[in-house]
Amino acid sequence: MSAAVSEQTAPSSTALLTVDGVSKAFPGVQALSDMHLELRHGEVLAVVGENGAGKSTLMKLLSGINQADSGHFLLDGVPFHADNPKEAMEQGISIIHQEFNLVPDLTVAQNLFLGREPRSRGWFTADRDLNRQAADLIDRLGLVLDPRAVVGTLTVAKQQMVEIARALSYDARVLIMDEPTAALNDAEVEVLHDLIRGFVSPRTGVIYISHRMDELKRISNRITVIRDGAYIDTLDTESTTMPQVISRMVGRAIDTSARPENVRADRPVVLSVEGLSTKHLLRDVSFELRQGEILGFAGLMGAGRTEVARALVGADPITAGRITVDGKEVRIPNAAKAAELGIGYLSEDRKHFGLLLDQTVSSNIALSSLGDKFSRQGFVDDRAIRREAERAVTRLGIKTPSVEQEVKNLSGGNQQKVVVGRWLAKDCDVLIVDEPTRGIDVGAKDEIYRLLNDLAAQGKSIIVISSELPEVLRLAHRVVVMSEGRVTGELGPDEATQESVMELATQRRSAPATVAEAEAEHPEGSPHDERGRA
Amino acid sequence: MTTHDTSETTTTTAAAPASGVGSTLRSRLQQLLAFASLIVIAAFFAVANPVFLTYGNIINVLFSTVVIGLLALGTTFVIITGGIDLSIGTGMALCAVMAGTFIVTWGIPLPLGVLLAVLFGGFLGFVNGFNVAKLGLPPFIATLATMLMAQGLALVISHSAPIYFSDTPGYLKLSTGNLIPGVNFPNAVLVLVLAVVVAAILLNRTVLGRYTFAIGSNEEATALSGINVRRWKIVIYTLAGLFTGLAGVMISARLGSAQPATGAGYELQAIAAVVIGGTSLAGGKGSIIGTVIGALIISVLNNGLQLMSIPQEWQNVILGAVILVAVYADMVRKRAASTT
Repeated sequence: MSAAVSEQTAPSSTALLTVDGVSKAFPGVQALSDMHLELRHGEVLAVVGENGAGKSTLMKLLSGINQADSGHFLLDGVPFHADNPKEAMEQGISIIHQEFNLVPDLTVAQNLFLGREPRSRGWFTADRDLNRQAADLIDRLGLVLDPRAVVGTLTVAKQQMVEIARALSYDARVLIMDEPTAALNDAEVEVLHDLIRGFVSPRTGVIYISHRMDELKRISNRITVIRDGAYIDTLDTESTTMPQVISRMVGRAIDTSARPENVRADRPVVLSVEGLSTKHLLRDVSFELRQGEILGFAGLMGAGRTEVARALVGADPITAGRITVDGKEVRIPNAAKAAELGIGYLSEDRKHFGLLLDQTVSSNIALSSLGDKFSRQGFVDDRAIRREAERAVTRLGIKTPSVEQEVKNLSGGNQQKVVVGRWLAKDCDVLIVDEPTRGIDVGAKDEIYRLLNDLAAQGKSIIVISSELPEVLRLAHRVVVMSEGRVTGELGPDEATQESVMELATQRRSAPATVAEAEAEHPEGSPHDERGRA
Repeated sequence: MTTHDTSETTTTTAAAPASGVGSTLRSRLQQLLAFASLIVIAAFFAVANPVFLTYGNIINVLFSTVVIGLLALGTTFVIITGGIDLSIGTGMALCAVMAGTFIVTWGIPLPLGVLLAVLFGGFLGFVNGFNVAKLGLPPFIATLATMLMAQGLALVISHSAPIYFSDTPGYLKLSTGNLIPGVNFPNAVLVLVLAVVVAAILLNRTVLGRYTFAIGSNEEATALSGINVRRWKIVIYTLAGLFTGLAGVMISARLGSAQPATGAGYELQAIAAVVIGGTSLAGGKGSIIGTVIGALIISVLNNGLQLMSIPQEWQNVILGAVILVAVYADMVRKRAASTT
């Protein structure tokens, strides 16, 4: 299995898989509208787009997890339809999801043939046959895998090979891979690419979804750009530059009129983070937050933005780094300490990590301050809570018939405001807002933006984490861009554009190649003094 | 109470105002229903046997509710956090043995001995809380371990023999004595009433109570809101332990002896009382009044069936059926409410 094999198979110009005018809506979102896409025989087609551009939806339709509202799929010119992933596989379409679909406690062979194990005499499994067939398959694909190894003990790269081997064992004609290299180091990426080149033949093709521009250059023949659920353009990889791809990815015009003008370099620093690292993802993250400033955190999924927030409020342990609040170095072992220091975190997942859904608006607003503001000798002062809740309802414009309304009956935007109200009741000076408008309808978004702007104008310091670039650009005075657990750049208001942020967000680390090496560079307890190295 | 005009409220989800009213009504109904079934059961027995409604028998019923009631009160807090405490039954027996050891064996003065026995219960609860909150053990496992250890220790400490409080008649008065001479109102019932009041105040009026509900409602969110969930869980399990200690004192005072081998099985009766009272094992919901009603239903059933001369074995069968019906009815109500 070498690169030479694939070089002999030049892509033809006939369509293997065609996506023709496919639309799909989920409640509240038009995920795909009139999508077009053409995968040719013998090619690797890269599909790129921002977070939420519609890539995952397209995958789900192709694999039969969801059904399209309109439009068709053609396989070799013949209409293709799958009601579930198994049907899709049987017709030759296999998908490698970003999240592996393996049973960690079973062996490689057991995983490869899960649900279609060779049997002897009805109910008994034939382990010898199973292992032999698995070994045959692995040999045929030129992989290095032990059929008897337990999947959970393998490296991520090997697990992915198991996934790929399983997909190919169905005699796949179209292989779709979603961010296949997200967890791989450079050497492993090479192995994967060899595997892809080996798979591609005049009767097969690969759809390769990725953000890594350098990889697309190496592996793909053409690049299709999608944005906001719609087809934008298809480019020949060889004659295309990265900036051209990025400009098509972000393309939409955004309202910059509301952008904050004044850079607040003269304001005192309220929060400073140096060399923050965590066990799994974050490496040497440093930034400063000034009073009255909105600091944006941008990056792709999995870049580590939420992890920074969680580490800051003590929800995840940190392995290295220094956190300074109002000039004093602090240790934050839990969110209780963070709250004491005036740092409030509004999770991206309000329902799981923010609200007590079955409880009232006033209970939710009072929660963080029950122990100090709203009680005397342990007895709760319900009248004070009510007063504060009513004040918050007025100040934040929370639409609710009463402060005694259960929070689950409020709309997303109003739920978000309730959590804001909680931290304002606690007199927090630093708010970390993770995906402030996720699941909130467009009208209410503006209200949240205005609210955050007002709070900053009143001297609160705010960190806004968002996957939506326009949101970050609109709100933030400065933008910190992350990729793969590191800060890849910091942009002032004049430098931050969709293009410049995207470029930093898609930077793949060159070195260190593996997590182990990265950890070796950052032995526990010797933090932060290597700034500037990265 | 409406702070907004109608044009604003219409922008919230359409169902909001209606279901808001419905939910408070529902929770009242829920307690009302447990209360209603108590009335129905009591009425049935009153018709079946006129003795049932006599003052003496009502006091009997209350008197026999004391131990289960105390255990159930403490465990209500634990269950509202989404936890469970299996150690309260044998823990109670161990606390009784400790009371005997303190007062009879060591000769510690009665009030101090009682206090120490109750505090010992608190210590057992603290151990549970520590294992659950700090070590992260599932409550079922952590308290199962304590349950077994308490069972064993009660036998070890007492050398497997009952400890009799023959020389301290004052101890027996804690249960069977009457504060007002000549009026048949046993101290044990008084203790239960006071414990109910204290538990209700703790759950409804204090920060501890609010955190109990918050943890059960959404532990992660509560922690991220800056509440030291671990510490409060330890406090809550310790509180449950104090009630266990008190139950240990009351049961040994009633029997006149600390019986090391009794206790197992009480925890399930207590949990049954809590569940019949409408407290959700999933956490986040519950009430002291519900638990009191649940405990009363159990003792009314036992008492009434006894009066009807139905054997003990059948009483358990009927109790089991009542639990099924009560909890199923609760689920149906909730399902009906959530499908709107």
